[in-house]
Amino acid sequence: MMHNLTIAEQIKGLKNRDFSSLELTQHYLNRIDDSKLNAFISVTSEQAITQAKLADSILAKGNATSLTGIPYAHKDIFCTKGVKTSAGSKMLDSFISPYDATLSEKLNSQNMVMLGKTNMDEFAMGSSNENSYYGPVKNPWDTKKVPGGSSGGSAAAVASHISPFATGTDTGGSIRQPASLCGITGLKPTYGRISRYGMIAYASSLDQAGPMTRTAEDSAIILNAMAGFDTKDSTSANKLVPDYTKNLSKSLKGLKIGLPKEYFSEGLDKGVEKVVMKAINDYESMGAEIIEVSLPNSIHAIPAYYIVAPCECSSNLSRFDGVRYGYRCDDPKDLNDLYLRSRSEGFGDEVKRRIMIGAYALSAGYYDAYYLKAQKVRQLISEDFKKVFKEVDVVMGPVSPTAAFDLGSVKDPVSMYLADIYTLSVNLAGLPGMSIPAGFSDNLPVGLQLIGDHWSEELLLNTAHQFQLKTDWHHLSPVD
Amino acid sequence: MTWETVIGLEIHSQLKTKSKIFSGASTAFGATANTQACAVDLGYPGVLPVLNQEAVKMALSFGLSVNATINKNSIFARKNYFYPDLPKGYQISQFEIPIVGNGVIDISLENGENKLVGITRAHLEEDAGKSIHDMYDEFTAIDLNRAGTPLLEIVSEPDMSSAKEAVAYAKKIHALVQYIDICDGNMQEGSFRCDANVSVRKHGDKLGTRAELKNINSFKFLEKAINLEVERQIDILEEGGSVVQETRLYDSIKNETRSMRSKEEANDYRYFPDPDLLPVAVSEELLLEIKKSLPELPTEKKLRFVEQLGLSSYDAEILTSQKEVADYFEAVINKGADAKLSANWVMGELSAALNKNQVEINDSPIPSNELFVLISRITDNTISGKIAKDVFKLMWEGNGSVDEIIEKQGLKQMTDSSALESIIDDIISNNLDQVKQYKDGNSKLLGFFVGQVMKATQGKANPKQVNQILNEKLS
Amino acid sequence: MSLDNNKVKEIAFLARLSIEDSELEQSTKELNNILGLMDQLGEIDTGGAEPMAHPLEMSQRLRDDQVTEKDLSEEFQEIAPKTGSNHFLVPTVIE
Repeated sequence: MMHNLTIAEQIKGLKNRDFSSLELTQHYLNRIDDSKLNAFISVTSEQAITQAKLADSILAKGNATSLTGIPYAHKDIFCTKGVKTSAGSKMLDSFISPYDATLSEKLNSQNMVMLGKTNMDEFAMGSSNENSYYGPVKNPWDTKKVPGGSSGGSAAAVASHISPFATGTDTGGSIRQPASLCGITGLKPTYGRISRYGMIAYASSLDQAGPMTRTAEDSAIILNAMAGFDTKDSTSANKLVPDYTKNLSKSLKGLKIGLPKEYFSEGLDKGVEKVVMKAINDYESMGAEIIEVSLPNSIHAIPAYYIVAPCECSSNLSRFDGVRYGYRCDDPKDLNDLYLRSRSEGFGDEVKRRIMIGAYALSAGYYDAYYLKAQKVRQLISEDFKKVFKEVDVVMGPVSPTAAFDLGSVKDPVSMYLADIYTLSVNLAGLPGMSIPAGFSDNLPVGLQLIGDHWSEELLLNTAHQFQLKTDWHHLSPVD
Repeated sequence: MTWETVIGLEIHSQLKTKSKIFSGASTAFGATANTQACAVDLGYPGVLPVLNQEAVKMALSFGLSVNATINKNSIFARKNYFYPDLPKGYQISQFEIPIVGNGVIDISLENGENKLVGITRAHLEEDAGKSIHDMYDEFTAIDLNRAGTPLLEIVSEPDMSSAKEAVAYAKKIHALVQYIDICDGNMQEGSFRCDANVSVRKHGDKLGTRAELKNINSFKFLEKAINLEVERQIDILEEGGSVVQETRLYDSIKNETRSMRSKEEANDYRYFPDPDLLPVAVSEELLLEIKKSLPELPTEKKLRFVEQLGLSSYDAEILTSQKEVADYFEAVINKGADAKLSANWVMGELSAALNKNQVEINDSPIPSNELFVLISRITDNTISGKIAKDVFKLMWEGNGSVDEIIEKQGLKQMTDSSALESIIDDIISNNLDQVKQYKDGNSKLLGFFVGQVMKATQGKANPKQVNQILNEKLS
Repeated sequence: MSLDNNKVKEIAFLARLSIEDSELEQSTKELNNILGLMDQLGEIDTGGAEPMAHPLEMSQRLRDDQVTEKDLSEEFQEIAPKTGSNHFLVPTVIE
């Protein structure tokens, strides 16, 4: 079946005319139609079919790029011209973006086929996808479970083979954690690797887009298309983009893998720990050297992150005021009424909570104790990694302390935040990180986290690919 | 004991860039509402700012012109507040580390003395849009064309102690930003806006509570608004009350200031570094390049006028206080006109005519080359200074060029000495009484004879020559 | 540091959010729980660490001063909730 093919295989299929982009697209659209996971906020069938036909004509003429005609699902946080871009919020339920994000443009320029926009936690704030105005996404391995978040729709779509790949964004783990909970491969690149222009900002100094695919090889193929300098984003790095597929087959003999002892502490579920340790053993048997390291400040990542991100988001989300676009309350009686009701009715609870925390932490008298202090801790966390990467090439550990949990089971925000412990440091330090399928605990997928030094995506992808050559976890699927 | 006034100014100077500070939208004034506000200016979801290099260079030009410290890594910060003409809910500004740090500027006071005024800082920021309150009954209309226009906010030390000093300082900054060509200085269009922080205290006391005066769009109003505010504060304090720290709006029609409650409600701006922008690095090379490209500054020009042209310090100050005036004056003398004479003409006849008719020097009906010709006709003895004033008037009214007027009206000076001698002989023989009195020692009567000669020649005689011949004939 | 209901209302207004009185208790409790987490920062010895505002050690790139944007006001006005004569409209603001 076409939907079981990897992107690498689909590229060959299109090239060899085994199937057309239209057939492939129609096949996925049918599967989306049949899916009950709530993975999509919008399905853009008509546009997809038009794009697929165009892709086929380009393929026929022979001037296609390798990705021409490949369908994908786009996280609904990326602006797409003429298509609703909601960021999972009632605030933007009516927002038809008048412009394309740079990433949207880049994928369009290869004549890829957008199937639709995926569900997500509102403004990417959440770890379970339960904070979406459009309702929660279900985990394809067990529909009573969460898919993770915030890129839960993207993860569920890829895991259930209703899209060959999806875009995601990761501010504190939003690519890696749902990838882990849904059993797919997710890559959060180095901060600055992929343009943030047109990606609706949650926390600007942490947000980074990345590919969510089934295999590391597919991630490399897609990262080639996503990465690159953008003059419209001041934080985008003017740095050459290598061909990420080039070094996938390098041997891992002599690779130094660091295991931070803080990542294997008491909060870690035994079943998850077992899977992670087994994967580490696999690496050792592939010739890698395992070294225990310490990231002493990583335990402070939660308070640091939950200051920095809310501070930035409280400011980033001020633009949603009911004046120029988006939700506006009925009959505002004065300006403050317009602001207060538009924002209170337009935002969900978690978003409001984070805005409040941020406004408080930045307010007069508290700035030094919270924001500034968090920035110092951020420095310490970053320095920990600098030290460790002098000793080792890759750091490995769990992505999430548990496998997917029951929908509706975590009601307390603080408990939800605590589950982000292993992913946050990577964003604070701006490093690249991956989650790759490493096994199962109680029939639920568990991911292994790979963390590299800045700009080491090639090495991470190579490390992940070699593992996938030796294991089958990434090929296991909840669907036929 | 008398009250002492303490004034500091915050000047918002719109920088003359083509495009906005963080977007590629045009900054041109006067376009249809919202047609120059792009997605970035409107604060659309997902958009990002990219800094305009010209704005940075202009800020540096200013910093170098006031001998300020330049911060090699300045930081953009967000100033958070809600207002409908502030699209993102925050203004991108600079807070802890502005691009321009401490500097100083020399101002000339009315009594001829100079005073140094400290500049605390100058930082880059984006302008907000405009709220129009009188277009609809039930709505305020928002035009975001101005949103994102680059501003340099120049903050002075509280070094001014009278409204007049504040005006002198504001005028000096106004001249400077035009000299270095970073701002068009148009106060009516809001390109150059002054806010004044005013407080009063008894001599020797610590600083009093200040009020910030806004909405001042001319130097005249600046002076009025400050004086009003000083009076208001003194009245309050003398009645035993206390001044409230607040923002007050100046109303030029009612000539009063009133409290702006709306701006006071939420003044916790929650500044923090803008994560969408990185530190602005200023290299030595860039500073050097800007230093080289700076034009001669007013103080340097003034010094040159005194030292090289022999002008008085007072004249040099007036001529350099406005860039356009200095440019005009230099255009006249660069063609070869006598400097002192040119200075007198520019500050005298020309400025009087400009003032009287409310014309800017750049729009003068007498261009600099014509004034040069006129002055040359005085120095080459074609006409006298007195006739020149008549020629000036005719030129102003559009009766042709200097030479055409002299020719048409037959105003050329008599230079034929024999003709002049015969006229003088006639006058002497017709006024023998006066000749006698003169010879008896009433030397004042020389003026009478000169007057008679001028009358007879309709002013065309060369006064020097007349004096000379009269002296010979009457001795 | 712990928040009371009044402070929570104050912060909510600063962020232009309204909280129903019926939700106030619950909000205050939740925010205090989160603050409890944040307050762990106070116990960390950060020594002489420089605050890190940004993960990249880069400086700001500068754009050429060129007008590159077209007038798209028609599209922008089209999706705005309330407009008139090419302006965005809000309830009358009293200065």
